[in-house]
Amino acid sequence: MRRVSDNIVNKMDWITGLIYLVLILMGWFNIFAAVYDDSSGAAPSIFSFSSNSGKQLLWIGVCILTIIVIMAIDFKFYESFAPILYGVMILFLILVMFLADEVSGARSWFQVGPAKFQPSEFSKLSTALLVAWIFKDQSFKADRLKNHLLLFAAIALPALLIIIQGDAGTALVFGVFALVFYREGMQPLYLVLGTSLVFVFVLTLLLPNSYLYSSLLILSVLVGGYTYLSNKNTKITLIVLAIAGAASASILSVDYFINNVLQPHQQNRIKAFINPEADPRGYGYNVIQSKIAIGSGGLSGKGFLKGTQTTGDYVPEQSTDFIFCTIGEEHGWLGSFVVIAFFIALLLRVLYIAERQKWRFARVYGYSVACILFFHFMVNIGMTIGLFPVIGIPLPFFSYGGSSLWSFTILLFVLVKLDAHRMQVLVRS
Amino acid sequence: MSNTRKFIIAGIFIITGLVFLGKLFAIQVLDDSYIRESTRNSVRHIVEYPYRGLIYDRNGELIVYNKPEYDLIVTPIDVKNLDTATFCQVFNISKEDFVKKMSKAIPYLPSPFIKQVSHEEFAKAQDHLVNFSGFHIEARTVRAYQDTIMANALGYISEITKRSLEKDSADYYKQGDYIGQSGLESYYEEYLRGKRGVRFVIRNAKGIIKGKYQEGRYDTLSIPGNKLISTVDIKLQAYGERLMTNKSGSIVAIEPATGEILSIVSGPSYNPSLLSGRNYGRNFQKISTDSLKPLFNRPLMAQYRPGSIFKIMQALVALQEGVIDTDTYIPCNQSLIGCHNHGAGETLKGAITHSCNPYFRNVLKRIVNRKVSRDPFEDTRIGLGKWSEHIRSFGLGAPLGIDLPNEKSGLVPYPEYYDRAYRNRPWKFSNIYSIAIGEGENLVVPLQMANFAAIVANRGYYFTPHLIKSIGENGGPLPRFMEKKYTSVDPKHFDVAVEAMAEVIRSGTGQYRAKLKDIEVCGKTGTVQNDPLPDHSVFIAFAPKDNPKIAVSVYVEDAGQGARAAASIASLMIEQYLIGHTERQHIEDYVMRGAFL
Repeated sequence: MRRVSDNIVNKMDWITGLIYLVLILMGWFNIFAAVYDDSSGAAPSIFSFSSNSGKQLLWIGVCILTIIVIMAIDFKFYESFAPILYGVMILFLILVMFLADEVSGARSWFQVGPAKFQPSEFSKLSTALLVAWIFKDQSFKADRLKNHLLLFAAIALPALLIIIQGDAGTALVFGVFALVFYREGMQPLYLVLGTSLVFVFVLTLLLPNSYLYSSLLILSVLVGGYTYLSNKNTKITLIVLAIAGAASASILSVDYFINNVLQPHQQNRIKAFINPEADPRGYGYNVIQSKIAIGSGGLSGKGFLKGTQTTGDYVPEQSTDFIFCTIGEEHGWLGSFVVIAFFIALLLRVLYIAERQKWRFARVYGYSVACILFFHFMVNIGMTIGLFPVIGIPLPFFSYGGSSLWSFTILLFVLVKLDAHRMQVLVRS
Repeated sequence: MSNTRKFIIAGIFIITGLVFLGKLFAIQVLDDSYIRESTRNSVRHIVEYPYRGLIYDRNGELIVYNKPEYDLIVTPIDVKNLDTATFCQVFNISKEDFVKKMSKAIPYLPSPFIKQVSHEEFAKAQDHLVNFSGFHIEARTVRAYQDTIMANALGYISEITKRSLEKDSADYYKQGDYIGQSGLESYYEEYLRGKRGVRFVIRNAKGIIKGKYQEGRYDTLSIPGNKLISTVDIKLQAYGERLMTNKSGSIVAIEPATGEILSIVSGPSYNPSLLSGRNYGRNFQKISTDSLKPLFNRPLMAQYRPGSIFKIMQALVALQEGVIDTDTYIPCNQSLIGCHNHGAGETLKGAITHSCNPYFRNVLKRIVNRKVSRDPFEDTRIGLGKWSEHIRSFGLGAPLGIDLPNEKSGLVPYPEYYDRAYRNRPWKFSNIYSIAIGEGENLVVPLQMANFAAIVANRGYYFTPHLIKSIGENGGPLPRFMEKKYTSVDPKHFDVAVEAMAEVIRSGTGQYRAKLKDIEVCGKTGTVQNDPLPDHSVFIAFAPKDNPKIAVSVYVEDAGQGARAAASIASLMIEQYLIGHTERQHIEDYVMRGAFL
């Protein structure tokens, strides 16, 4: 046993471990700052277990223990049990809908005594494992249509269940697996399609439809006419026309989608993204206040615990989804730079680790970890500075909350465990 | 292929990070509007209104003070879960009113919701305020008065008008501030208002104050307004107002040695409390549209012809010009101008005492037509110009400069005036002689006539009449009120005027109602024509004859001869001021009865 643990200590990637440690500690201090309230006279303690910062410290302890357990478990376990873990998670996702009480519009929490548990947070982990498991044979080709269906089914199932629970934000995370598939050889068509759909969606929101239709018409006539005249190739012209038709159809469907498919609070988040000033006290409030908090930080910030907006509770959800406001306000652009730099460093380190795996299971899993972390990073910080609509997903390692901290820790350290054993794996052709 | 894709993915990560840093740089470093927004969010400035200065009378009696009233303030962004029905019931407003007021308030800023909540409503509301988050009460003070007197001189304060706000170049006032609108409140506004203080505090989203902003670096204390000590004797003022009950007119009493106004009565008047506090709007409407014009401050705004009193001034000018001396005898030639039957002719003193019209017609002719030019028209122009200058040196024809707004000039005719009046056709003495006896084009305000009484009492000089003798506890009046002003008539000529005015009381028109037992009063009656209504009754006086303590002018409109209403009131004022009561109850009763015709 001792020899094994010596081994694992030597072999594990300490750079990742250090970055992780820095991030969770910065997160802890910022949670303390976000809930800091000295209006009662006494300055609160960061260790007080009645406050979010004290509870987060407990969770950090739990995570350290969990890391030790992950390191102790046989690395082959994660591959062999991937389908079972996935199956169990799907079961939990279904069960939670019947057993959970509704919390702010979503049924996604199990309550066991004082402990709360959110299956959707862990479904990202089990889906990542299953996707890696599907890819584990070198012979698995990601560019086959049959395989596309299999892969998209694997991510669509948990995503749909989570949408039904009423937590669309978390479900969106599963879309990021497309990036993993792309790395493993799937045609970029899906990425291009997905990106252009988002693009058209946003354009439709920002511009009147007549503008879009007329520019689309001019563009397709120009491109279609040019290709027809230069090649005499009717096939390309037809494709151009088909794309134009699809684009107009999606323009039409956006209005329908927003008004009929999205729930009112989701509609408001999109309206707030487009023009928060239209209702500064209603749906625009979060975005406006968040930007005020961050924007007032200046170059070097107002100082630890000195943020008037965050300690004044002007920003809602500031210890969870809007934790970045505290960083931006109290530590300014320089503090934001440090946090973003650490995140990018972690993401690149994870990519580097993934790329050095000879075992495809580990590599695909590594990419999944990187992409999941990236999606959270992008959407969470993006929404606080108005670059994304408000989607309630946490900033990894920063946002207050046991389930999210714990699941991100497991997600990351399963990769560290797999990486530590990369020399023991024979490449299967 | 996988290599390119590896870098594409890494590239997406890095580009996202760079975009974030760029956007953050833009909003955190380049754009400082967010800093302002955050300050607007979390820093509240709390204005501390200073106490407006108090006003005392010359004997230290309080006239004007402050009493608290309460404004209900709303900060709309803090209004949460309001039970509108209960709210409307507590503050006794309709739902429509509520919606209207709410829509007018700026979401982030505290603004008045209901102004000047009454004491009773405040008491009732206190219990409920806990449930009305976003609403709070701010105490401010309104003016209060010890008595119902002196309204026009004191003036009132009210919310600053849009026009005044635009004119406020120093940017002192804010919308909703109170400012003196008339009277002393307006004239001494910058002394009375004090200096506003302001505190900057940090508050959280729930409105709880979490401490001083920047350790109070920008806080300033409020400084109370200066107290003003008035020249008015509040007892004399009250007595004067009582005498003027149900009459139109004015009383002005001045201490000749200093120019201090002892009492300034305008009738009819109003209760100054009506224009203070929450019913200001309704009461102002009522008072300002009253057909008796209680807001019209007669002592300095009502212009009358001076009447016979003007003859004294005429005599003084003639003496100065050397066209007569005290022994000059002129027959009472009623073919030139009508007169009362008093004898065949007079010397100067007798002419004043008996108010002889032909005498003064002749005197004016002597002043005006000196044969300095062979052209009789030109000669009259030169003479009148000279005359006009003398008369103006008595403080006529221009505002005296009392410390109250809206003082009128009156009118002393001068050559250019007649050029305009006769549309540049020639005019000469026969066109203008009625000014000799104080009729014609002359106009004066009662204050100027009281000041004239003071000039005669002083034998030739005056201090500009004023109402405030001290700004602050041990201050003085405004410097210009301490300048002694001489008329263009040499003081040695005044003795005959004093003697004549003493004679008026001793044996003339003033002997019946203005003579006092132990005090030698000097006076002159005037009866100002006011066709087709009855004449105005006018009287000026000072007393005692030697070392005078009080000079008075009294105007009672439509009350007939000056010897009746005005002479009675003037002598009662002198009695009240010098001995504290009247020994002639029948005269007071006569005045109170008010039947003078």
